[in-house]
Amino acid sequence: MTLNTAPTPTAVRPVPQAAHPKRRKGKSPYPYWFYLPAAVIYTALFLVPTVVSFFFSLTRWNLSEFTFIGLDNFVQLFQEPALIKGLTNTFIYGLVTSVLKVVLGMLLAVLLTSQIIARGYLRSVMFFPVLLSSIGVGIVFTALMDPRNGMINEGLAAIGIQGPAWLTDPAWALISVALVDVWKGVGLATVIYIAGIVSIPQEYFEAAKMDGASSFKSFFNITLPLARPATATVIILSLIGGLRSFDLIWAMTKGGPGFTSDVIASVIYKQYQAGFYGLSTAGNVVLFVIVTAIILPLSMFLNRKEVEQ
Amino acid sequence: MSTALKRYGLGVLAIAVSVVVFIIPLLFMVLTAVKDRKEAAKLDFAWPTNFQFVENFTAVLSARKFMLVTAFINSTILTVASVTILVILAAMVAWVLQRRKSRWNGVANFLILSGLIIPPAIVPTIWVLQSMGLFKTLPGLILIEVAFGLSFCVMLFRAFIASIPKELDEAAVIDGCGPVRLFFRVIFPLLRSVIITVIVVQSVHIFNDFQNPLYFLPGDANATVQLTLFNFQSQFTTNYNLLFMNILLITVPPFIMYLFFNRQIVAGMTAGAVKG
Repeated sequence: MTLNTAPTPTAVRPVPQAAHPKRRKGKSPYPYWFYLPAAVIYTALFLVPTVVSFFFSLTRWNLSEFTFIGLDNFVQLFQEPALIKGLTNTFIYGLVTSVLKVVLGMLLAVLLTSQIIARGYLRSVMFFPVLLSSIGVGIVFTALMDPRNGMINEGLAAIGIQGPAWLTDPAWALISVALVDVWKGVGLATVIYIAGIVSIPQEYFEAAKMDGASSFKSFFNITLPLARPATATVIILSLIGGLRSFDLIWAMTKGGPGFTSDVIASVIYKQYQAGFYGLSTAGNVVLFVIVTAIILPLSMFLNRKEVEQ
Repeated sequence: MSTALKRYGLGVLAIAVSVVVFIIPLLFMVLTAVKDRKEAAKLDFAWPTNFQFVENFTAVLSARKFMLVTAFINSTILTVASVTILVILAAMVAWVLQRRKSRWNGVANFLILSGLIIPPAIVPTIWVLQSMGLFKTLPGLILIEVAFGLSFCVMLFRAFIASIPKELDEAAVIDGCGPVRLFFRVIFPLLRSVIITVIVVQSVHIFNDFQNPLYFLPGDANATVQLTLFNFQSQFTTNYNLLFMNILLITVPPFIMYLFFNRQIVAGMTAGAVKG
């Protein structure tokens, strides 16, 4: 291996060519101006708003004039019960949806990569809701979850269970929306897990079987650890989606009853509608801090473990 | 024996559960959409006694001066324009980023990651749009969708470009290809499969988008389909049949995409699941 000198001539040849165009400006086959159009749009409509949001969150603001009021907006966000509820609900919603998506997605993926019948049908039917609009799904499930004559409670009543009032019960409203979110998103988690499981070399399972490992054991000792990249992807994706979630909540409860199912994203919208632009922007800053403070360490943790293996 | 039991037993069980959990809600939507008003109001899972497909269809389309038709036109323009811009700009960025190692790469990677994670700051974005005169306009919303979608598209393109041998670029350069010709004539056609993936995933995403049109293109007059559906929700509270017909209609485009591009959609959405 070390004696192999063959690469040197081929390695030498491109050098002058590569060095030449790089020296003379504009001659590189990969010009920097290719970045320009994307960079302009991205900077103007994403980076600039993100940066200035930190300033405007400290003001009372009506888009043309602003008064600097220090941290008042944040004090209000963390003092008014309605707004605090939005904070805690954001965590609950993010946690419930991602845990359920990870667990159900994993189980379904194991089921759909095993030798059962009708796998193609099951995969397609489970994935289809991912492509539906949140508003449509929200409206359909609002009808299904109707406490009096909705199909879910009628179905539960048929097997002798008294269903909750779902969206109209303050204790259940947020969880109900989270469950619908899982219904809509579990197909994505499943296909991500399927991709992860399929990439595990089949020999491992065969070897484990030879050694007499039960399917239970090979799940915990082969599938689970080796599908870790998929787990990381599912957790990160569903947490980002869950913490920022707005569409489904707005379509189903508008944060109600009262403000029991408000999340930060719906608080941002309500304050915007009410004309409290500074407060709305402060909500945005809080959401930014929460999302990055959770996602960054978590993704670093999940990726570091991967390297160790 | 036990494997056969598992194969069929588990399979039948899974099919039964999938029918209850997934098929019935979807069928419920379709059935309610073709019922008359009284039957639809019962919200039950029954076969309609008189089919009103055509009546409901025309009623929904003509409601409020054909607002849904306008919305379909707007959504189509929005989707086609923003996906076209996204594909070209993201491919250009991804290509240079993948090929040319420089001190900008770190910055670019950081910005791409930020775009995937950070929730957009709403009111400051409106402020910027307003100062450019693009607030409440379709071009403004198109640029918004481009800005918010760039990170994801660049990521998909870059992973694919890494698999194209660099010798190809070098050969083209030796033959006298300039950067623009090299990219659009040589590289761009090679990206076909990933371009299809990006187009399909992004167009479903943008067509279904609700939050951005709600903030950046408000108002009834030139709404998108999702916004129109949302507005109908408060107007049609007693007409479940019309509301569900509306849902059915706006589900058709993603459904067609799914029928034809199932594989590409799944590929695009699971990208990164294996490598992490």
